[in-house]
Amino acid sequence: MIDKLPIPRWARRAIIPIIIVPLVVLYPEYYTSLGTSQLIPTLSTAVTMTVFVCMAVGLNMVVGYAGLLDLGYVAFYAIGSYVAGWFASTQFASHSIVFGAVGVQSNAIGIHISIWLLLPVAAAMAAAAGVVIGLPTLRLRGDYLALVTLGFGEIIPQVVRNGDNMFGTGFNLTNGVAGITPIDPMGFRYLHGVLPFLPDNFLLTPNLDVWFYRVGLLLVAITVFCSIRLRDSRLGRAWVALREDEIAAAAMGVPLMQVKTWAYASGAFFGGAAGCFYGVYQGGAIPDNFKLYISTLLLAMVILGGMGNVWGVCLGAAVLSYLNQQGLGAIGNTINSNFGTNIEITKYEAGLFGLLIVLMMLFRPQGLIPSSRRKAEFDVVKEEHEAAGVVVG
Amino acid sequence: MATDTHTARRPVLAVLPRITGLLNRAVTIALLALLVFWLAVNLVQGPGQFGSVLLIGFTNGALYALIALGYTLVYGIIELINFAHGDVFMWGTMITVSIAGTRLGLDGSQSGIVTFLGVLAAMLGAMVFCGILNPTIERVALRRLRNAPRLAPLITTLGISYILSNAAQFFYGPNYTGVGAILPSNILFLDWPAKSLIVILATIPLLLALTYVVRRTRQGKAMRAVAQDMDAARMMGVDVDRTISFTFALAGILAGAGGTLYVLEITTTRYDLGQIGLLAFTAAVLGGIGNLTGATLGALIIGLIQAFNEGLSWHAPGEQWTTSIVFSILILILVFRPQGLLGQPEADRA
Repeated sequence: MIDKLPIPRWARRAIIPIIIVPLVVLYPEYYTSLGTSQLIPTLSTAVTMTVFVCMAVGLNMVVGYAGLLDLGYVAFYAIGSYVAGWFASTQFASHSIVFGAVGVQSNAIGIHISIWLLLPVAAAMAAAAGVVIGLPTLRLRGDYLALVTLGFGEIIPQVVRNGDNMFGTGFNLTNGVAGITPIDPMGFRYLHGVLPFLPDNFLLTPNLDVWFYRVGLLLVAITVFCSIRLRDSRLGRAWVALREDEIAAAAMGVPLMQVKTWAYASGAFFGGAAGCFYGVYQGGAIPDNFKLYISTLLLAMVILGGMGNVWGVCLGAAVLSYLNQQGLGAIGNTINSNFGTNIEITKYEAGLFGLLIVLMMLFRPQGLIPSSRRKAEFDVVKEEHEAAGVVVG
Repeated sequence: MATDTHTARRPVLAVLPRITGLLNRAVTIALLALLVFWLAVNLVQGPGQFGSVLLIGFTNGALYALIALGYTLVYGIIELINFAHGDVFMWGTMITVSIAGTRLGLDGSQSGIVTFLGVLAAMLGAMVFCGILNPTIERVALRRLRNAPRLAPLITTLGISYILSNAAQFFYGPNYTGVGAILPSNILFLDWPAKSLIVILATIPLLLALTYVVRRTRQGKAMRAVAQDMDAARMMGVDVDRTISFTFALAGILAGAGGTLYVLEITTTRYDLGQIGLLAFTAAVLGGIGNLTGATLGALIIGLIQAFNEGLSWHAPGEQWTTSIVFSILILILVFRPQGLLGQPEADRA
C-alpha cells in the first residue's frame, strides 16, 4: 500500500529509522511512564542489549558477510573484558600507573587507564587474537573451520580460569575463577570541566544505567556504521565473493588469506570493544561469563535476524538478549501469576533457544529480515532444485 | 635487471616448501621425543601409578571410541558434524541410570548373575533408546536440509544438542544422578579395578559387531556406497534415505552402549555430559574422520593423553587443562594433517 503513495524513495527508506531512532535514544526518558509491568525492559537490560547488539553485528561480519562459521566468538568478549580488568583495576599491584582514570586516587596501586582509551585497545587486542585464530584456519574450509574456532572458544576461557598461576611461576595473570574485580568506573573526567552536564563519574550519577546506556548506544552506532561501510567496501565485496564460491573468488583475484584474516580481525574488533564495555559495566571480568553458550546465543541472534543483514541482526540480538536477560523470567512470572501455574520458564531457556535455532533453520533459514542478496540466493537454490525435481523442505 | 631478480628468486622459492617441510618434521619429532621422555620419567618414578593410569587411559579410550565411531559414521556418510551426538550419548547414560538404578535397583549387593542380567537389560534399553532417538533426529530435522547450504544442518545439530540436554535437565534435574558401584572393584586376586577391565572387554565385541555390519552385510555395503557417492548409489538402486537412517541408528546404538559402560565406570552422570562428545569428536578427527579404525585409534590416544595428564604426578598439567590440551591437539591436527592419522587426503574435505 505504501508503495502506491507518491513519496520519494529516500523518504520511504527514512521512515522507519526516523521512528525507531528517537524511540531507542530517548528510552531512558520515557520508560518509567510505560508502567510497572516487569515485561518492560529495565535500563540495565537495555545496556546489556546494546552490548549484545554490538557483538552480534561483529559476529555477523564473520558469519553473515564472509560465510565463515565462528563458534568461539566468546573468546573476543573475554579478551575485551580482561583488557579492562588488567589496565583498569588493582590487578597488577606492583605497578602504580594512573592515566585519566576516574574514581581512583592519583597514587593508587595497580594500572588505571581511562576506559575511553581502553575501548580501542581492547578492540585492537581482540582483533589481534582474531588474526591468530584466523591464520591457522586459512587452509581449512566450512565445518573444520568451525571446529577450530570452537576450540579457541574453549581454550581461552580455560586459560583465564587457570591463569592465576601461569606455568607454576606464581604469576597471577587473570586471578583465576574469582576473576578481576572491581574494574574502574567510566566518566567524562576532562570533558566534565568544559561541559558540566557530562558527569565526572557514572557511578556518582543518580541513575548510572542512563549514561551506560548512552555510551552503549554510541558503540552500537559506531559498530553498525562501520559494519555497513565495510560491507560496501572492496573488502566487504570480497567477503561476499568468498562466501558464495571460494574457488571462483580466488580465480577472480581475491586474496583469500588476507580477506579471511581481515574478516576475523574486524569481527573480533567489535567483540573486544563490546566485551571491554560490558566488563566495565558489570564491574569485573568473571570467567564464568565466558561459556560456549554465549557463542551459540550470539550465533542464534545472527540467524534469527537474518545472516548478512545488519538491521536484522540488530533486531535478532535485541530480542534474544532481552529474552535472555529479563524477558523469559518476566514472561514466566506473568503466566504464573495470571493462570496460577508454577512454571520456571528460565530453566528451559537453553532448550527454547535450541528449538528456535532448529525451527529457524527448517522454516526460515534466511532469518526474520533477510538481506536482499541472501533472499535472492535462497530463491535461486529453491528454483534450481524444483527444476531438477528435488523437493526442498 | 628484472629477469635477473626473477631467476635469482626462483630457486629460493622452490626450496621454501622443503625447508618448511623439514622444519615441520623436526618440530614433530622434538615434541614426540619430549612426550616420550616425560612418560619415561613418570614410569621410573612411579611404576604402579603409571600402570593404573594406563588402564584408566585405555578405559577412557574405549568409551570415547564408542562415541567417536558415531561421529565418524555420520560424517563418513553425509559429511556432517553431528553436534547432537554427545547429547545422544548423555541420554544413553540417563536411560541406564533409570533402568539399572531406579527400576532394577542394582547397587552391587546382588549376586553375580542378577547383576550381569540387569546390566545387560540396561544396556539393551539404552541401545534401543539411542538407536531410535538418533534416526528420529535425522528424520525430523536433518533430512529436509539435505540440499541446504552446508552450514545449515551443522547449526541445526547445535540447536538439537541444546534441546536434548535441556530435556535431560527437565526429566532428571540439574544435579548429578547416578547408581551405586554396581561392579566389584577387585577381581580375583588382582588389585586392578575390575570395572575398567569389564568396560574394555565389553567394547571389543561391539567394535567387532560394527566391523561385521559395515564390511559383510548388504546394508553395510549400501552404507559404503552412499559414503562414496550418494548419487551413484541412488542410481544403482540403493535407498539412500533408509541407508542414512540406518547409519544414524548404528551411531545411536553405539552411543547407547557407551552410555551404559560410562555409568558402570564413573557411576554418575548429568545433563551437560554431552560436552564429552567434543573430546570424542577430536578423537575421530585425530584418527581420520570417516575411518572406523582411525576413530578407535584416535579415541585410545585421546583417552591415554587425558589419563596421563590427569593421573601422572611428574610435571603433569592436571585436570583443569585437559580441555585446552585436547583442543590444541585438534587444532594442530586440523592445520597440519587434516586427513588425520589414518585418513586419505581429500581435496574438498578440509
